[in-house]
Amino acid sequence: MDIYNFTTLTHNIHTGLAQSFAPWLATTIEWVIVGVAYLLFVALFGLFLVYAERKVCAAFQQRLGPMRVGKWGLLQTIADFIKLLMKELIMPRKADWFLYNLAPFIVIIASFLAIAALPFAPGLQSMDFDIGVFYLTAVSSVGVIGILLAGWSSNNKYSLIGAMRSGAQILSYELSVSLSLLTMVVFAGTMQFSAIVEGQRDAWFIFSGHIPAIIAFVVFLIAGTAETNRGPFDLAEAESELVAGFHTEYSGIKFAMFFLAEYINLFIISAVAATVFLGGWMPLHFGNLESFNHVMDFIPPVIWFFGKVLFVIFVIMWFKWTFPRLRVDQILTLEWKYLLPINLVNILLMALVVLTKFHF
Amino acid sequence: MTKEELISYLTGNFPEAEVKSGAQYAEMTVKASDLHETAVQLKDTAELSFDYVFCLTGVDYAENMGIIYHIESVEHRHTIVLKVRTADRLNPVIDTVSDVWITAKYHEREAYDLLGIHFNNHTDLRRLFLEDGWGFPLRKDYVDEIRIVER
Amino acid sequence: MSEIREVIIKTDKLATDKYQVNMGPQHPSTHGVLRLLVTLEGEKVLNVQPHSGYIHSGIEKMCEAISYPQIIHLTDRMDYLSAHMNNEAVALCVENALQVEVPDRVKYIRTIMDELARLASHQLWWCVFGMDLGALTTFFYGLRDREHILDIFEETCGARMTVSYSTPGGLMFDIHPNFQKRVKDFIKYFRTKLPEYDKLLSGNVILRERTEGIGHLSYKDAIDFGVTGPSGRASGFSCDVRKHNPYSAYPFVKFNEILDHRCDTLARYEVRILEMYESLNIIEQLIDNIPEGDYAVKMKGVLKLPEGEFYQRVETARGEFGVFIVSDGKKNPYRVKFRSPGFSNLFALNNMTKGHKIADLVAIMSTLDLIIPDIDR
Repeated sequence: MDIYNFTTLTHNIHTGLAQSFAPWLATTIEWVIVGVAYLLFVALFGLFLVYAERKVCAAFQQRLGPMRVGKWGLLQTIADFIKLLMKELIMPRKADWFLYNLAPFIVIIASFLAIAALPFAPGLQSMDFDIGVFYLTAVSSVGVIGILLAGWSSNNKYSLIGAMRSGAQILSYELSVSLSLLTMVVFAGTMQFSAIVEGQRDAWFIFSGHIPAIIAFVVFLIAGTAETNRGPFDLAEAESELVAGFHTEYSGIKFAMFFLAEYINLFIISAVAATVFLGGWMPLHFGNLESFNHVMDFIPPVIWFFGKVLFVIFVIMWFKWTFPRLRVDQILTLEWKYLLPINLVNILLMALVVLTKFHF
Repeated sequence: MTKEELISYLTGNFPEAEVKSGAQYAEMTVKASDLHETAVQLKDTAELSFDYVFCLTGVDYAENMGIIYHIESVEHRHTIVLKVRTADRLNPVIDTVSDVWITAKYHEREAYDLLGIHFNNHTDLRRLFLEDGWGFPLRKDYVDEIRIVER
Repeated sequence: MSEIREVIIKTDKLATDKYQVNMGPQHPSTHGVLRLLVTLEGEKVLNVQPHSGYIHSGIEKMCEAISYPQIIHLTDRMDYLSAHMNNEAVALCVENALQVEVPDRVKYIRTIMDELARLASHQLWWCVFGMDLGALTTFFYGLRDREHILDIFEETCGARMTVSYSTPGGLMFDIHPNFQKRVKDFIKYFRTKLPEYDKLLSGNVILRERTEGIGHLSYKDAIDFGVTGPSGRASGFSCDVRKHNPYSAYPFVKFNEILDHRCDTLARYEVRILEMYESLNIIEQLIDNIPEGDYAVKMKGVLKLPEGEFYQRVETARGEFGVFIVSDGKKNPYRVKFRSPGFSNLFALNNMTKGHKIADLVAIMSTLDLIIPDIDR
């Protein structure tokens, strides 16, 4: 396990910098390195996700997807991104200039804030709060402000309807996301992400927490999909109803920011699901199967992590390309009448399970 | 009712109207002033119950405007062609039947749009396809120098 | 401030304003250039005012200047998905007026073509219905199967959509030698693919929730508004012209008129799905029995209809289509009127959507299966 540990690497970088520079300069350089690393990761992974979405969707729809730019169309999203960068930025004349330009940044900053708390591999985590889960649920709902601002400031009724839908939807589903995470916090006994992952060394929570954990996982997937405004909950940008919803009036790079933020959010939700339910970067371990566990240990944690994340992302994409869209009242009914009561009961169930130690 | 039965029934019950047998359907021509009353009778008489207007056509006959209603009874499955002519060609006016058959409301709007036939008591008589101020293209004397090429 | 308070006191809740949204002429769900002026209160639809005419091309006026065989080519452009039925309506009308009896071969081929066109149209409707509800995958499933029909059309008619295949007196050309084999292959293929439609969409919980009880069009309203075709039949309005006024080879075949009395969006959806099965049945009855003979009767070079008025009704994929020709004995008609199904269906929309949500408006409009050039002509 230790050969894959990034702690030594990061520690070496830190000590090296601290020896060569003044402490304030070393800290600044570290900030810059971390920032650039996250930016690069998000940009590249976002592009990859767009490509993956197009390929997955193509597979569901019996087509090939992008095939022309690069081998298997691998460079297609990069070409698209360059095109978006070079496009003219058009703003409606009566739009609120300040809020209109601010909105995409708020959306993308919220995504960046959330991504910072995720552990990618042992030692590969920029902020290891002891209230990580709490922090994540807090910052992930900042994005809705950006969406509301975008819809409000665009001076377009479609955008406004989209933003209002999005507001109602995200605020409602925030409850389910938080409560299902809370269920797992009850089980793990900690809010720190690294500790949660560490707690799954012997068995992933979805196995060790059995029934309540599985319920929480399903609820989290549904609510998480709704939080990211993806189909079948893509009411905020419902194409056939609202043209493009809250980002109807955005073009060029500002549109790209919304687009990228959607995919980062998809990644965050999947990463949280992978971390809290599927053991994060922990390899798959089964109780006493020593040799099996040992083989699993040879696969690097980063691969475990991204494997699980991509699996969850695939499931979410599967939803999107199979189901029709829900209606706005149905989406709220689903949350307030079904998911929320289920969740509340589930927390009690989980508390009982923990109290009676009826778990693996 | 078959076509013949229908014709004899109509001749007996609508003495004012001129009933004849067309190539396909029974045809009845009424005076413009009788139109609305006839329409109500056609729909409300239990033996006739003409309730489904499937076509409403305005025709520009050089001396006046004609409106032709193709009406079917869903219950009895018989069809009638109701014809009426306006008195005037340049300012054709006729009573609406949209209060009897709802669908006529929109077909009448179309006739107003393309032929300029004004329907009395129509609740929503606006242009349907063309802009306000456009001529009435289906009139025979409609001239559009730009768009119509004479051969 | 005091004003607002007064309003609040008066209505006992926060006052909300009605607002209007223009859906169209460019909007993804109007499938063309239809403009709906929608009055909304929040998400609730209060009133829908259709404004058409953005693609009005004056086909009726154009017909007055051209000869009867030429009219055929204009009718393709109205309801482009039921192009063959429209052709046939004009052809039948002229044949009736001239009292020409076409050979049985023509009747059989016309009916097969009708049903193929109906299948293609319903397939496209199904794709688009899924898309309007947000299930984008359906689009490609439907188009996949529709390609087969269009290929058959292309082989026989030389065109994929605007076929112009029926002319007064018969058909433009005889069928391609491969025609029968390809149609039979297609039926075999599509019988396996049609259940996939049900698997993918019909049984979906979300689809059921979205469509059941939505967009109620009562039996009486369907007749009053003249809503025909599958939309009318889903309200129990028996309006199938193929049944009540049979033409071409329809008298020779056995088929059911699909009626549904639930009157809602789901009923309209299911009627169309079942009609696809019926279409397959009709084609199966005819395809092996196409009689030998001429594919057209010899007509005069210049067709002159006798003086009089002629009406012909046919059933297109979206309802009753009618051609009304007023002839004054010349080689071009005095007046031509096309009774298009979409026109009557469109105006029932307001009645059906009142009180529903925006998303329902889209779903209801989609089940009416509107083709805009068909409305505007």
